[in-house]
Amino acid sequence: MIEPHYPLFYVFHFYLFGAIALASAIAFVTRKSPVAAALWLVNTMFSLAALYVMLDAQFIGVMQVLVYAGAIMVVFLFVVMLLNLGHPSELADARGLGWKLAAGLIGLGLLSEIGIILHAKLPEQLIVARDFHEQQLQKLNAVGTIAAPLFKDYLLAFELTSVLLLVAIAGAVILGRGRAVGAR
Amino acid sequence: MLAESLALTAALFIIGVVGVLIHRNAIIIFMCVELMLTAVNLTFVAFSRFYGTAGQVFVVFVMTVSAAEAAVGLAIIIAIFRHRQTINLKDINLLKG
Repeated sequence: MIEPHYPLFYVFHFYLFGAIALASAIAFVTRKSPVAAALWLVNTMFSLAALYVMLDAQFIGVMQVLVYAGAIMVVFLFVVMLLNLGHPSELADARGLGWKLAAGLIGLGLLSEIGIILHAKLPEQLIVARDFHEQQLQKLNAVGTIAAPLFKDYLLAFELTSVLLLVAIAGAVILGRGRAVGAR
Repeated sequence: MLAESLALTAALFIIGVVGVLIHRNAIIIFMCVELMLTAVNLTFVAFSRFYGTAGQVFVVFVMTVSAAEAAVGLAIIIAIFRHRQTINLKDINLLKG
């Protein structure tokens, strides 16, 4: 691979945020209370946002904080608040030991598969120049780097996304209303 | 940093899968699905470093889909709770037959 040489400062922070993300994810998945789980997940999302910024995706990092850590997790916490679930210990009994063992085995299987993918050969002829992202950043700035391809090459997909969002809004309102529309 | 990013993606994705398998609280299962989607985003970003900005555009699409999915899914959870007074998947097994 054509990985450039990274300064020690960069590598240290990359590993630091990666370790925080991993530890928060493990803490998230072992929590029984939904609120504690959501807060650990927010922690994971934040450290992933830091990793995005380090990987030359500044705008994606901002979007990660706004959309995931902000909007989506607030929706989750709102639902936890709306549903009067009682004490977490009685609702969140995780599955038995057999299920946990099965989950661990499936996890190991996936991990080994991905370990094989790590050794796959990547198409070298498609790789862009090393200072591609710096040039894009200077030419179009952080937002334009995403916006230019989004509104040129992927315009149709972008417009279809609005239909998807409209369907999601309508579906959420209709499902959340309770009774079917016109029933009363 | 590509190999490290892919390894972190794999670990986060697998944590999400294991979470879906071991939990019975529908809300936590949903959050595990969000974690899996985010892990995939990290792959896109890591590869976009070498293959241009198309990967970052795909991350925007994945974020949109996951936002839509969260809205609809949580509405379904609220509807189920209103109907059955529980979101424990142990008690919601009508389709199991």
